[in-house]
Amino acid sequence: MRLRNVWVQVLGVALSASVAACGGSQEGSKPAATTAKPAASAGGSKVDPSTAGDIKGVITLTGTAPKNEPIRMNADPVCIKQTASQGPQSQETFAVTGDKLANVFVYVKDGLGSYSYDPPAGNATLDQHGCRYTPHVFGVRVGQQIEIVNSDPTLHNIHAMPKANAEFNNGQPIQGMKMNHAFKAKEVMVPFKCDVHGWMNAYVGVLDHPYFAVSKADGSFEIKGLPPGTYTIEAWHEKLGATTQSVTIAAKDSKDVNFTFDAAKAAAD
Amino acid sequence: MLHRFAQFVVGCTVLLVLAGSLVTSTGSGLAVPDWPTTYGWNMFTFPPSKWVGGIFYEHGHRLIASTVGFLTIVLAAWIWLADPRRWMKRLGVAALAAVIAQGVLGGLTVLFFLPDAISTAHAGLAEIFFCMTVAIALFTSRGWTEAAGAADDRALRVVATATTALVYTQIIVGAVMRHSGAGLAIPDFPLMFGGLVPDRWSNAIAIHFAHRVGALIVAAAVLATSAHVWYHHRGRRELTGPAGMIIGLVLVQITLGALTVLSRRNVAINSAHVVCGALVLATSLVITLRSWRARFAEVRLKPDTTPVGVRISPPAGARA
Repeated sequence: MRLRNVWVQVLGVALSASVAACGGSQEGSKPAATTAKPAASAGGSKVDPSTAGDIKGVITLTGTAPKNEPIRMNADPVCIKQTASQGPQSQETFAVTGDKLANVFVYVKDGLGSYSYDPPAGNATLDQHGCRYTPHVFGVRVGQQIEIVNSDPTLHNIHAMPKANAEFNNGQPIQGMKMNHAFKAKEVMVPFKCDVHGWMNAYVGVLDHPYFAVSKADGSFEIKGLPPGTYTIEAWHEKLGATTQSVTIAAKDSKDVNFTFDAAKAAAD
Repeated sequence: MLHRFAQFVVGCTVLLVLAGSLVTSTGSGLAVPDWPTTYGWNMFTFPPSKWVGGIFYEHGHRLIASTVGFLTIVLAAWIWLADPRRWMKRLGVAALAAVIAQGVLGGLTVLFFLPDAISTAHAGLAEIFFCMTVAIALFTSRGWTEAAGAADDRALRVVATATTALVYTQIIVGAVMRHSGAGLAIPDFPLMFGGLVPDRWSNAIAIHFAHRVGALIVAAAVLATSAHVWYHHRGRRELTGPAGMIIGLVLVQITLGALTVLSRRNVAINSAHVVCGALVLATSLVITLRSWRARFAEVRLKPDTTPVGVRISPPAGARA
């Protein structure tokens, strides 16, 4: 009789755990129907646009850029079919044109004080198309909705691995599925990956202000609407690390801030 | 028949260990974000056309695990109904409880995004469950139940038991190393950062170093056990067989460990290393249990007045 009681208790615990597991929810993610806008940043005065300035610059890579790792999509025939017209696929780690480096996240790291900002205009979008994330690197505001879309006729899971925000991992088995997610804390950078297709990765910078940009194919970036002041500007690359510069902006000033990364650092790592 | 079925469960459990190791080796642990469903489907009706990429490994592992769970239910029920030994019935129930707990742990690893502690516990319990299936197969074998000569060798019991414990500890250290991402914390082999010991330290390097040192300790313990068997029990095939096999397995295991590092964790080599570790543990367990055979209740042997290595027949009329 005692053993039967033990049996019942073991099965009960297992069943309870299973029921609890069935509920397993990911914090902060919603189906795409809800699109609540983030509140405007709380804090001090708004930036006076009549005195705001901007910074712009170019990201350059010195040395020989390492080769991007080739991607074999054999694990999913759908991915092969989706990318058949694009030729051999490779990672976007070093998006180099000449000596100019794209996909560098540039942002104001320090010096802004306590301005308040209007909420962002709309949602950001992260698309899964051709079994790749688009964009590869992007920025959002704290509380801004990211609409994550599966444009592929195959399954993806969206697995975000932040440190300051809550981790989540959601499945999108059907083409056209969408989900929204908003990060609640600033964090540079939050990696995304797909565990089904291990080559898929993306990075998002989450900031409590609007002063960020991602360098384009020609290495250029621009950050507009900065109030006068002295700022620390950081440029972040997924493999080459981060580098900072200090810049002082006067009223309606425009400053050039160029960054240089050394390709040898990637080889050393 | 029960013994044959128990052997079949052992074989299926080896496949399950391999499937589980492939999940970690391919980074597929979170390829199926939900549990116990699979992308919202009942896991048994998830379409095979969608078993792509990492899903193939993770979903496959879940299906094999469910099969082993079902087989364990049958095994436990069969033992309960057919085996007269009360402790065997309890062992069958314990194995069933272990595999249920293992399934729950597996689900928790997914729902909590592979926390190191739960992933390591999942790996550790897998080995314990595997040992239970091996033990059940051994205890239902004719060699065991007919008690064909069980010498009472305390020294063998001590060295074999210690070896099994050391092998299990080494497996746990390996699991901690694997699930904390320290598998390549020391990137060269056989040297460590070019020397006999690392010239720099971190938590990852320390756990990796402990695993390499553990390999040497396990190798020494296995050699000691096998040497004792060959020296004192040369005529006993039920001991010399596994004693020889474990030497071979340990050599293979050390080679696989080296190749795992040198190949930067090739998936096949890495997974084979996990499975081979389980086989080393199982073989050591068999030697250990057979060394304890004389102490099992159903064969009451006289106090040890017989020299080690001499066959002892069970008393007439003793139950198997």
